Amino acid sequence: MKISLGPILYYWTRDSVRDFYDQVAGWPVDIVYLGEVVCSRRHEMRFDDWLDVASKLAVAGKEVVLSTQALIESESDLKMLRRLAGNGLFAIEANDMGAVRLATGQSFVIGPHINTYNGETLEVLAEQGATRWVMPVELSRHMLAELLAKKPQDMETEVFVYGRLPLAFSSRCFTARRYNLPKDDCHFMCLQHPCGMTLKTREGQPFLALNGTQTQSASIHNLIGEINDMRQLGVDIVRISPQSTHTGEVVSMFRAAIDGAMSATEASVELAPYLFDAPCDGYWHGRSGIEQSKEMLT
Amino acid sequence: MSLELVCPAGNLPALKAAVDNGADCVYFGFRNSTNARAFAGLNFDSETAKQGIRYARERGCKVLLALNTFPQTAQWHIWRQAVDDAVELGVDALILADLGLMRYASRTYPNLRLHLSVQGSATNYEAINFYHEHFGIQRAVLPRVLSLAQVENVVKHTPVEIELFGFGGLCVMVEGRCILSSYATGESPNTAGVCSPAKAVRWQQTPKGLESRLNGVLLDRYGADENAGYPTLCKGRFEVEDETYYALEEPTSLNTLALIPDMLRMGISAIKIEGRQRSPIYVEQVTRVWRAAIDAAKRDAAYYAVTPDWMAQLGKLSEGQQHTLGAYYRPWK
Repeated sequence: MKISLGPILYYWTRDSVRDFYDQVAGWPVDIVYLGEVVCSRRHEMRFDDWLDVASKLAVAGKEVVLSTQALIESESDLKMLRRLAGNGLFAIEANDMGAVRLATGQSFVIGPHINTYNGETLEVLAEQGATRWVMPVELSRHMLAELLAKKPQDMETEVFVYGRLPLAFSSRCFTARRYNLPKDDCHFMCLQHPCGMTLKTREGQPFLALNGTQTQSASIHNLIGEINDMRQLGVDIVRISPQSTHTGEVVSMFRAAIDGAMSATEASVELAPYLFDAPCDGYWHGRSGIEQSKEMLT
Repeated sequence: MSLELVCPAGNLPALKAAVDNGADCVYFGFRNSTNARAFAGLNFDSETAKQGIRYARERGCKVLLALNTFPQTAQWHIWRQAVDDAVELGVDALILADLGLMRYASRTYPNLRLHLSVQGSATNYEAINFYHEHFGIQRAVLPRVLSLAQVENVVKHTPVEIELFGFGGLCVMVEGRCILSSYATGESPNTAGVCSPAKAVRWQQTPKGLESRLNGVLLDRYGADENAGYPTLCKGRFEVEDETYYALEEPTSLNTLALIPDMLRMGISAIKIEGRQRSPIYVEQVTRVWRAAIDAAKRDAAYYAVTPDWMAQLGKLSEGQQHTLGAYYRPWK
């Protein structure tokens, strides 16, 4: 089973991003997804910067995939999408059906933001050239098992196993809204929130995280205890979503659990100090996403 | 054809109210999780569907069926059966969101008219044209996230008819791409056809005020002088960096009466009224106002003006009695 590093969902400075990927080159991950998925106003990294990072990671032996924006609204969004689809070197992760249309005929990845809830849908996408799909995060283990029985041959399966869950996209920017700024003049406030802004209920329960136009879970989705089960189900790749701290340690724990250097229980215990918010795994167990199964709490 | 009025039918009386008050089309769903308003006590069985279709047909109104949730593998046969049943009933079009189901419908019934549901999340013409090329989609309902200029650009680059939401509940997130509801309750529009389901809602009077909870999560707390609305997850008050406010959206409704002349000029094919969960009286009043407004704009767009009477009637029906142009008006973003 391989480990992938998902795209950075937050807005970090150019230097932070480049430093981060300099480290990633030495981490035990097999696949790295690069690019801006959330907001077209985030310009610290330009197209050529991404290609530069991609080349360096490829030289370091990583499979590189270029992720595309989830919400495509404007002609300039489409222009960027066409550049990515036509880059000629790296496969893309399509996160919108517009990207699927532009990638048709190439080998590409179906990102977690395309709704694939059944085998028939995966067949349609495989016919366009998709060779891997990332399971929508709301699917349960049970639904995945049923779907895998109907999956097209040669389609790889990737599951989001670590990080704040991407839950929703809007054209409204909730970070700008917090500061009473219009989206078009947002002062790039996202730069000040490298793992999103925690939204709490009126009784102080951390509930969601605001990340510009994206809304995430406040809790950290963590499926390290399910690694062996996933392997038996036929999951090919597990995805770790980069967080602003300790992502390297998280990768090491998952690597150890996959390689059998640590039991799943040991890895869970070792990983616990690195979680910067409460854990959750409810979706995997067919419950509300915010829940954490009892076995993991003890 | 220009600017059809598409009205919600949550049950037979609502369908009749829409037809009687000037809807060009009504849309409805079956009584199961195959549609995105799978609420208890709502929707149609085959007998009421037959009656409704007959009632609408005899009065020159078209009937659309929403099958706009995403079938999960083990229940695929339920959605497939719903497509077959719709064809048997003779609806004018199906409103679909799932790729697999679109393929089934277009292969099995090549002459069946298909619309792309708002739950299909198509916000750009490349996506819409994909559905057109592969499944012959003839109309797409756009998510409530594009500005008017962006909508116009979509219209220019696709042969597919474009339908816009005109009035009713306002989704602040891209439809089909929001799982906030299942994060809190286990059920989302995509999987179960519900958002912030009523069975997960609890109201409790406390010393601090009236509290609304969704599966235990506190969504809001109301003072004695505040009106408490239905606790939709994205319209609660939350704390972000020590400020308590409507962090995602206020309890407000979309109302685009003022944009009808723009929609006509841009070549929009239809306006959708949200609200299959609302009462027949709501459907009657909203349909009547929108019929009058569209007719007025078609008679003379240059002199079209929203009347205070229309706004007053719709204002009473709006969530929180507030309304907004939503994303069509760029500063909303």
